[in-house]
Amino acid sequence: MPDLTPTIGAFASVEKAALQSILDALKGAGYTLIGPTLGEGAIIYDEIQGIDDLPRGWRDHQEPAAYRLQRREDDAYFGFVVGPHSWKKYLFPPRQSLMKVQRKDGTFQVTDEPDPPPRYAFIGVRGCELQAIHIQDKVFLGGPYQDAHYKARRQQSFVLAVNCTEPGGTCFCASMGSGPRAGAGFDLALTELDDIFIVEVGSEVGAMMMRESGWRPAGAFELQQAREALAAAEKNMGRHLDTSDLPNLLYQNLENARWDDVARRCLSCANCTMVCPTCFCNDVLEVSDLSGKNVERVRVWDSCFSIEFSHVHGGNIRPHTRARYRQWLTHKFASWIDQFGVIGCVGCGRCITWCPAGIDVTAEVAAIRGEV
Amino acid sequence: MLNTILTPSSPASAPGPMLSHPARILDIKEEAYAIATYRIQFEDPALREAYRFKAGQFNMLYVPGIGEVPISMSSDPAEPGVIGHTIRYAGNVTRAISRLQVGDVMGVRGPYGSAWPLSRIEGEDLCIVTGGIGLAPLRPVIYHVLRHRQRYGRVYLLYGARTPDDMLYEDEFEQWKQQGIKLFLTVDRADAAWKGNVGVVPMLFYQLRLNPKKTTVLTCGPEIMIHFVIHEAIARRIPKERIYVSMERNMKCGVGLCGHCQFGPTFVCKEGPVFSYAAIEPFFGVEEF
Repeated sequence: MPDLTPTIGAFASVEKAALQSILDALKGAGYTLIGPTLGEGAIIYDEIQGIDDLPRGWRDHQEPAAYRLQRREDDAYFGFVVGPHSWKKYLFPPRQSLMKVQRKDGTFQVTDEPDPPPRYAFIGVRGCELQAIHIQDKVFLGGPYQDAHYKARRQQSFVLAVNCTEPGGTCFCASMGSGPRAGAGFDLALTELDDIFIVEVGSEVGAMMMRESGWRPAGAFELQQAREALAAAEKNMGRHLDTSDLPNLLYQNLENARWDDVARRCLSCANCTMVCPTCFCNDVLEVSDLSGKNVERVRVWDSCFSIEFSHVHGGNIRPHTRARYRQWLTHKFASWIDQFGVIGCVGCGRCITWCPAGIDVTAEVAAIRGEV
Repeated sequence: MLNTILTPSSPASAPGPMLSHPARILDIKEEAYAIATYRIQFEDPALREAYRFKAGQFNMLYVPGIGEVPISMSSDPAEPGVIGHTIRYAGNVTRAISRLQVGDVMGVRGPYGSAWPLSRIEGEDLCIVTGGIGLAPLRPVIYHVLRHRQRYGRVYLLYGARTPDDMLYEDEFEQWKQQGIKLFLTVDRADAAWKGNVGVVPMLFYQLRLNPKKTTVLTCGPEIMIHFVIHEAIARRIPKERIYVSMERNMKCGVGLCGHCQFGPTFVCKEGPVFSYAAIEPFFGVEEF
């Protein structure tokens, strides 16, 4: 029997049912488990209690503007990719109270004592999503002003990553360098094989959670199987995007006729920005009671596709869909790099799947590159 | 697991950058139709003492229950204990401000954004070109220049308003002139009493002889005006690096976290509002960008 706690960087092998013991250990350590589960006709992220809540034996067929759940022939636990939700829903909630303001005696008082942040364990974070979390870390924590709400949630979150062995139809993480294997920053990372999980240990906390799992060091053959599955996944991406020289390409094509073309298809519905795991634009609502004395300032997700987004007195900077789509695409693939040192896209394909018009960013970038 | 971007020394939650502080209105001066200057003072003596701003920066002003609005400071940065904001009643929040009276309280957080490069341009001739309320964020520059007149060469103020009644700070013009600022005024529509220029601001360049080797242009106003000001300045061989522009975008959070004020690679609230034209040239004037 090996030491109960594996070392960081070790690859362990566990029976599939032993995932429950890892989840139990997390619960025992005070984490709320958030993971993939069936809901709303899709695989969404929600609170789960154990492995029985996982969408075992399901796959998600994805194409532009199409998402269908299908039964798998096997009963894999993670035989699907990413759905409409992303972890930003938990780290950067769609609606969050920032402060309460009370008007009293001709002045006002602000209380911004945040509620104690939830302690989340994210179960099943894909490589693209882990990269998305790193990108939002840069947005909310990397600048001169840090977002305390994000920081509090992020600091105590646990990440159980899952490497993707079966990419979806709209996936292009291999192009963006974010997958199919989860990069650094996880506590544990699973690779699902036919009857076992290979678990890569990424942190001390991760190692602790393995103690009751009955793990053994992964064998050379198992590791080879995992490597081969990931190498095959890299070749099976549904989509591809050429990232070379993206900022210049887009900055030099701000008047490309393709923007008019895409504007004829784009509904400006903002779905892409809502499902995007990196989109961070937000607004603050002033929510007042009827007396006007008690006010709550509530942060909500916003989108550069809404017409008011760019409002200044006297009008909107981007009244047309053409300009709004151009803003979104150039932000993701060009100005994001200037702002945060990374591309704002991780290749998860959500914006392609959930676009009601089936607009495909990889095709739009290729068209601007003159490849269509 | 959180990566190393978080260092223990990085500022934690308190005090939050989104936190507004009560400030009392000391006086309100009507400047023109639907435009007034509010002089305000923080309620908290410690804040009053500590607060500093640079010419060109802005504060987020707050009316509880209504919302926030970004307004640049229009007062003398050498006297930061009392902060001046010249406000045009244009939207929800500014209209709510218009209903406030002397002694009332509004919320203030700031200062935010970049500033006019006052030390870098010492020794140079200044050509300040403004339209409408665009004069407000440049009045701190004028005050600074007047305090340190010998540090600057010739100072021109080119200013245009819709009508003579819409001119801001008219009562200060005489003093500015006496201290060696050359004023060139214009209006879009004259009234019977107006003896000066009629026409757009950039046309005033034709009345000046600028030395392109030592002139800096500072401009703020409607974007279309700025566009032609840049055109006139470049036609006079003033280098792009010495043309400074104050941009306007939808600044909501003031700290580069909400995304609304993006202008190409920049957040106008953080890298701006004051930019050298050289820095934004590829994006300036791109329609709806």
